[in-house]
Amino acid sequence: MRLDLFVSHYNYWVVIFLMMVGFYILISRGNLIKKVVGLNVFQTAVFMLYISMGKITGGTPPILVDPYGAGEGHNGAEGGPEGAEAGLGGTETLHEAAAEVMYSNPLPHVLILTAIVVGIATTSVGLALAVRIKEAYGTLEEDEISRIEAEREAAE
Amino acid sequence: MSTHLPVLQVVVPLLAAPVCALIRNARAAAVIAVLASWATLAVALSLLGDVMEAGVISYALGDWVPPIGIEYRVDIVNAWVLVIVSTIASAVAPYMITSVEDEVERRRIPLFYAAYLLCLCGLLGITVTGDVFNVFVFLEISSLSAYALIAMGTRRRALTAAFRYLVMGSVGATFIVIGIGLLYVMTGSLNMADLAVLLPEVWDSRTVKVAYGFLGVGFCLKLALFPLHLWLPNAYAFAPSAVTAFMASTATKVAVYMLLRFFLTIFGAPFSFGVMALDRVLLPLALVAIVSMSLVAIFQVDVKRLLAYSSVAQIGYMVLGLSFASVTGLTATLLHLFNHALMKGALFMAMGCVVYRIGSVHIDAMAGLGKRMPWTMAAFVAGGLSLVGVPLTVGFVSKWFLILGALERGWWPVAVIVLLASVLALVYVWRVVEAAYFRPYEGDEGGAGEAPWRLLVPTWALVGANLYFGISAVRTARVAERAAEVLMTGVAP
Repeated sequence: MRLDLFVSHYNYWVVIFLMMVGFYILISRGNLIKKVVGLNVFQTAVFMLYISMGKITGGTPPILVDPYGAGEGHNGAEGGPEGAEAGLGGTETLHEAAAEVMYSNPLPHVLILTAIVVGIATTSVGLALAVRIKEAYGTLEEDEISRIEAEREAAE
Repeated sequence: MSTHLPVLQVVVPLLAAPVCALIRNARAAAVIAVLASWATLAVALSLLGDVMEAGVISYALGDWVPPIGIEYRVDIVNAWVLVIVSTIASAVAPYMITSVEDEVERRRIPLFYAAYLLCLCGLLGITVTGDVFNVFVFLEISSLSAYALIAMGTRRRALTAAFRYLVMGSVGATFIVIGIGLLYVMTGSLNMADLAVLLPEVWDSRTVKVAYGFLGVGFCLKLALFPLHLWLPNAYAFAPSAVTAFMASTATKVAVYMLLRFFLTIFGAPFSFGVMALDRVLLPLALVAIVSMSLVAIFQVDVKRLLAYSSVAQIGYMVLGLSFASVTGLTATLLHLFNHALMKGALFMAMGCVVYRIGSVHIDAMAGLGKRMPWTMAAFVAGGLSLVGVPLTVGFVSKWFLILGALERGWWPVAVIVLLASVLALVYVWRVVEAAYFRPYEGDEGGAGEAPWRLLVPTWALVGANLYFGISAVRTARVAERAAEVLMTGVAP
């Protein structure tokens, strides 16, 4: 693979690395808290995938550039009927401005805001379960829990 | 009013859930849950009626015009699944009142109903929405509440089962988000109908194929296709009985619906079967699931676990129908969604009655129950016969279409395997029947009477549906066939 291709897609390499780190923790660790952490890293990698794909080279943050037309609109907003006219002029400049300015795509950010909330909910349910497992078994290690269960089954 | 039916489907349980959580009264919460479940059934039935007449219903959420805004799009396929989910909810909700009082700590009961309603809301939402990211959001609503519901089981192993489901379920959901993200990168759209139009232009791109792979693995985790089923047996075995009955007949069905919707409506049958060879991937997995999980079920001593493994095998049948890549095969899949929901619902509810009386579903503890709990065990036998696929039950109808589909493709070995697996089902059902009817009762004289009517009536309602739709299968088969045609031809204009 050519080096420039590798470098120009560096965001994807970061994402893949994080994703694999999270997945590895999830699979290899027996501690339930560590599993939750692994899950979190895994999900965060996806957040970064979404956010980085909203970026457009040379694009500005998706906030309207100069929505009121260079200060003019500010006066307009205060006044009465004349102000409304000035405001109208403002929208025209807005369209002109929008044609020139390239914005980054805000939609992935909005989507990922939802996904972050979902991630927090997942983490909190996971941790709550871990607390109750600790209360019930006295341990958070997966192999110890299965040993306790195996002993109990043998005793029955 | 009727124009807002699609959104009411979701809003009713969504609003009822916080009310349940706030009022802190077990009885009142139960009444709200039952009424909300019945309301969703009424909405789903009228939606199905509308769709049968008018075709596709498109609803712009908050009046934001699709494809920018979120669209709720109901066609015959999801109207059908909505009816399945809400039918089961309507039968299980009244059953919950008594069953949950027995199995869940009293102070947690209102919260239990809140979680149940959220789960119902999520499942209906996944089904009704026409926006792929919305699918993910509802998927997480249903999954998170499902983890909480499972963790409320009486035994402490319910906690570890819920944790395991949480880990695997979240990985599955995250895979689905990755897939959705990659689709968005390629098309710039999240609307299903829009995606279906835009995707054929970029079929050749590797990104779309990778997205397909991520989505496929995510769905298969959620629907518990062998070998991604590891979360299911313990989750079903240790959850409260009413939750098992609800989840077993709805959650995996909705996951199958997602698979069908994404792979057939969005990507389209030509892409799925032509480019990605979905049928050739799913066929062996489905067959292995059917045979191996039926074998595993035979050796279980916990009857809820036995039925859970049987569920994994039954999911194999649904996926098998899809892998035929034909209208007949898909008809079998869609019929089996409904039929399996009816039979597994009835079976798990019968097991809930047993738990209510003797506190265990160990096969030895059930010895002699045939005489002690005649109605409960009769319900189990009826459900079991349906599972085996005996004529006059719904199980026969779906197997009939499945075998028809196999023969249509000329795959007679597949048809033979389906028939052999029915024999395996007969073996595991027989083990329970043998214990209940042919072994002497070993408990104390006073114990183990018949379950209360409050549990039996909902159970027998599902058993009755099992027999009714087994005898007069024309109506369900016609709806399923039309839905299968819609799926195979792609988006209706």
